[in-house]
Amino acid sequence: MVASQGFHVLAVDDSFVDRTVIERLLKISAYRVTTVDSGTRALQLLGLDGQNDAPCYEAMEINMIITDYSMPGMTGYELLKKIKESSTLREIPVVIMSSENVMARIDRCLEEGAEDFLLKPVKLSDVKRLESYLNKGVKEEEEIGVHPVISASMGIENLESVQLS
Amino acid sequence: MASPLHRQVANMRKALFDQGFLDEQFVQLEELQDDVNPNFVEEVVTLFYKDSARTMLNIEAALEQRPLDFGKLDACMHTFKGSCSSIGARRMKSECSQFREFCGERNSEGCLKTYQLVKKEHETLRKKLGNYFQMSRQAGPIETACRPK
Repeated sequence: MVASQGFHVLAVDDSFVDRTVIERLLKISAYRVTTVDSGTRALQLLGLDGQNDAPCYEAMEINMIITDYSMPGMTGYELLKKIKESSTLREIPVVIMSSENVMARIDRCLEEGAEDFLLKPVKLSDVKRLESYLNKGVKEEEEIGVHPVISASMGIENLESVQLS
Repeated sequence: MASPLHRQVANMRKALFDQGFLDEQFVQLEELQDDVNPNFVEEVVTLFYKDSARTMLNIEAALEQRPLDFGKLDACMHTFKGSCSSIGARRMKSECSQFREFCGERNSEGCLKTYQLVKKEHETLRKKLGNYFQMSRQAGPIETACRPK
């Protein structure tokens, strides 16, 4: 089973060209993809109204977020902070992309809880790396089709779906 | 089996790399093409040219301001350079970097001159890639084989 199959990635980038490329990279790697052009829009989709961390409506289920660092308005770093400050969203792995290889910037993002920092232009081999971060954010879904009785005997204890909101 | 037309396309492609117009990122994009999305690279390049037309108008407007707002120019060029990088446009990316250096140095003349070079490379690449994609389509799909790197 391909680890990435069925996982939903939210890609955030203000550049139309870059959104197109990252979307293709992710789709080819068997992810479902939603792209947005700003941190503000990302937070809306994640169910945060940007002001506090109480979800304001049915949030989109996201298994991983990949965001550009330099964006007008809310930067990728600020978006990362908001996600990690949210009790409902902090478990979602976040990856930062940047065209600039600044050590201080990388450190800051990793310290704030980013899983990884990808240098642009992003390549297929970079996207392959993302698979390993997904095991953290994995949601056990009915689609996997594991029967509760069988799972109990296999030692899988908690089949309850983890809700994002 | 490569027809003369296919060979011509391959030569065009090789020249684009040899002459420094394109870099490895272009190859990365080519590798994202498949039977379902055979024209992905051309689509991205088309998008780039549509998008960059707007950015360049912004930069040109900013270049007419006196005094020059180097912060704003640098920010515009940062985005533009990013897009160049994403499609593998090596020469353009290089001129964009030079432009940003001049912004950092607050060198007006440097910015104005370098922008003309950016514009020239932008147009040159557009023509070359336009020809290349057109020829590629004329030649038709070659059987799936390893592309010469």
